[in-house]
Amino acid sequence: MELVNQHVKGIMEECKIRARDAGLRFDDETLEYIVTNRDLIELSPKVMIPTLYDYWVHDVRVLSGKGMYEAYPSNPFETVINTRPAISYYNDNNPDWLNVMIFYHVLGHIDFFQNNLFYKNTWDIDLAGQALADKRMIARLRSEKGRWLDYVIEFARGMDNLVGFHKDLNRTVSDGGRKKLSRTDFYFDVFLQKIRSVPQHQYVKEISRYNQCQKDNGDFFTKVTGKYPEFDELYRKEIEAKTPPQMDIMEYIIRYSPFLRREENEWMKSVIHIVRSTSLYFQPQMRTKTMNEGWASYWHEKLFMADDRISGHEADYAKVNASVTAMPRVGLNPYALGMRLLEHIQEMEDKGKYSFEYYLLNDAVQKKSYNQHKNTGQSFIFTVRENMNDFTFINSFLDQEFVDRHNLFVAGKRINSQNMTWQYYIKSKKVQDYKQMVINTLYHPPDIRIDGEKTKDGVLYLDHRFENKPLKQDFIENTMIGIEFLWGGPVHLETSEPTNKANIDPRYTNFWDPSAPGASPEAAISPIEWKRVRYVIKDRKLHKQEL
Amino acid sequence: MITLDELLEKDKKREQDGFKRKIRIGRIVKPGSKGKEKIIVVPTTVEEKFVHDDIIEDQEQGEAEPTGGTGDGQEGDVIGEQPIRPEDGEGEGEGDGEGPGEGKGGEHEIEANAYELGKVLSQDFELPNLKDKGKKKVLARYVYDLTDKNKGVGQVLDKKATLKKIVETNISLGNIPDVSTIDTTRFIVSPRDLIYRILSREKEYESQALVFFLRDYSGSMGGKVTQTVVSQHVMLYSWLVYQYEKQVETRFILHDTEAREVSDFHKYYSYKVAGGTKVFTAFKLVNDIVEKESLARDYNIYVFHGTDGDDWDKDGKQTLAEIEKMLTYTARIGITIVAHSYVGSKQTEVEKYIQSSGILTKHNHLIKLDVMAENVDDTRIIQGIKTLIS
Repeated sequence: MELVNQHVKGIMEECKIRARDAGLRFDDETLEYIVTNRDLIELSPKVMIPTLYDYWVHDVRVLSGKGMYEAYPSNPFETVINTRPAISYYNDNNPDWLNVMIFYHVLGHIDFFQNNLFYKNTWDIDLAGQALADKRMIARLRSEKGRWLDYVIEFARGMDNLVGFHKDLNRTVSDGGRKKLSRTDFYFDVFLQKIRSVPQHQYVKEISRYNQCQKDNGDFFTKVTGKYPEFDELYRKEIEAKTPPQMDIMEYIIRYSPFLRREENEWMKSVIHIVRSTSLYFQPQMRTKTMNEGWASYWHEKLFMADDRISGHEADYAKVNASVTAMPRVGLNPYALGMRLLEHIQEMEDKGKYSFEYYLLNDAVQKKSYNQHKNTGQSFIFTVRENMNDFTFINSFLDQEFVDRHNLFVAGKRINSQNMTWQYYIKSKKVQDYKQMVINTLYHPPDIRIDGEKTKDGVLYLDHRFENKPLKQDFIENTMIGIEFLWGGPVHLETSEPTNKANIDPRYTNFWDPSAPGASPEAAISPIEWKRVRYVIKDRKLHKQEL
Repeated sequence: MITLDELLEKDKKREQDGFKRKIRIGRIVKPGSKGKEKIIVVPTTVEEKFVHDDIIEDQEQGEAEPTGGTGDGQEGDVIGEQPIRPEDGEGEGEGDGEGPGEGKGGEHEIEANAYELGKVLSQDFELPNLKDKGKKKVLARYVYDLTDKNKGVGQVLDKKATLKKIVETNISLGNIPDVSTIDTTRFIVSPRDLIYRILSREKEYESQALVFFLRDYSGSMGGKVTQTVVSQHVMLYSWLVYQYEKQVETRFILHDTEAREVSDFHKYYSYKVAGGTKVFTAFKLVNDIVEKESLARDYNIYVFHGTDGDDWDKDGKQTLAEIEKMLTYTARIGITIVAHSYVGSKQTEVEKYIQSSGILTKHNHLIKLDVMAENVDDTRIIQGIKTLIS
């Protein structure tokens, strides 16, 4: 791993100037490294952070990555990580013109990392440095605790997809968020009625006194605190109880686990904390893949096409670009989709089509020729880049115009029993279906929270807010064993499972031999019914109860 | 960098601490033609978390998950087809066989990985009932022989065959009115009557042991079951490669409602299909091959079969008949049933009829049955191999 030479760095700096002129914004400093394939294989299990903590799963990944590379060698053009300064890795042996294109692409990523609001919590951290400190701490703990350190990492990682990314972001972006119970409301609704249980005439009297104070700009509460000195303290307590800090499972365990509270287990908290913050750091990347790649592809195309350094390499560029941004006949290329959608948004906005007037048009010809010559598309997509994530991006902007324009469709795959073939067919060209299909591919961990009321008597109670997708059953046991270990007591998980098993039975037998017993045709059509079940783990033994 | 051995050693310690093992031996099979595929042994592990399972609602039977697409066409248009049973496209005749020194340099290191796994296994196992059969113990190889007959052109004229053909032609032309006085000068000789011998490539099997791998690849085999069966067969295969080096010949047979032979391990390992299940077809194909190629005389024959225990032939009449036949010549039949978790404690069809037929006790040194659950770990799989070849 070494820095690129001065010549290549010169190309990068030149690219930065032109990218800035086009409106991209990013820090001055960047680091570019040339890496070997071997380096890449060793870096990728560590999500490309060279200073990430050591863990045996990474070693397993490295070994299998090496095997994979032996069988199917492939090399990415670039990889960028969201550090300060941003670090990007390249394979050796790129010609200059290709480097120009790749650098524009990389600058697109860096601009995205440093301006998209979902990354806000990563802006003030130097990840490479933080990770190094964590790595040292983990190494020190491993030398003291041996393999128990690795178990704690393992169990913590078992929950690290349930981190409260949005809650955390909410705290930073809109400090607090939820509306607090006001002092006045507390006084009249709770204090007087429930705590003091004052008679009605006294209550009415207080209300009129309050209204009087409002008129005279007098301070209503001086008299209150004089009469009830305990009022402010009760109010503070009520606020705390009413709006408990929203904690994700990992935070909750760090804070309340009786097991971790023991002095000899204190060290585990820091390990869980490290795992949690590392996961949080990567959350925005997982939730903006389509946009991030689309944005980088959009800019490498736009900037490189306008760059004089392309001359003589137009055909080479076309070939490389097509291999990255082509829309496949069957299959989904999220990067190409992101780029096309950004271009589409820009054009729609340029013509003023994001307007009420346009939505009211029913005439297809008028709709097509509609043009307000607003030409605000460019700045509009910058706003999109700043405020959207993959879900909102696709959900808001993927429209029928886009689907029609690029001839997109949902491709179905079914068995043709006569020819013994898989048949690919056009299942739908409707935007709702296409959108749903794309949304189904997005990162979406299950919504599992602590149920504060049922968590008592040493039992940790997890509630899965069901979204018509069951949990992967095979993984439940080991995940819960891990949580039980860190909690130091039984763990309950409430979730939903299908009742009519026949429907998800993967066997196709009946399709081939209708005479065979098993699922009847009616059962195949009936929709899945769900029931609530509770998994209980106690002393590393898993039980299931129906609710 | 940590080695595989060290990782496995660490993994073993988990059991002392009361946790399940996490590392499985995975394999990547690199395709190559003519049995030159390489198996690269790699460790794999899964980090369990609470994640969504992919169940698509309202999915019709026999329909796979939809994806995106681009291009012309109307809703409902079929845009392409892909065979469910991949064609065994490679012609036997292509290429020129295995000349010595051909690209051997780079391969050694990769194969050594498979050997490493084999080494672990070889400490415990040995092929059972191995008898001295056949005369030669060298490599299996290809020989060129003038065995094929060809009309019109060739290397050597087959005089006897040609004469017969000429007589045949002239009888039909009416040139031989009386068989007691044949006038050969009246014969008309067509160039098409000349029969030549031509040089052709023949497979020569000279190994002592021949192992048939049989695998159910029907629709019910999806997911873990196939993984487990394939895992076990990969280990067996790697072990054979290591232990018996080139003295063991392997053949690969896949079946759903019909059986087919595939040419190499990669195909055996990777093919998927979505059909029904008729177990007897695979055994029948083995019997046919053995009979047709008279393999029983020169080889110790081993048959390993992996299935989920599902069979349309519920009482196994046909299967048992084929197995009985097979028992007359094999050194060992090893049947692995990997039961789906939804089967529970019930017996699968195959297990039921094999158990009740009594062949397991009658021929207990020739046939072994091993039943395991779909989510077993590598230790259990290796244990299974021990059972099968004990």
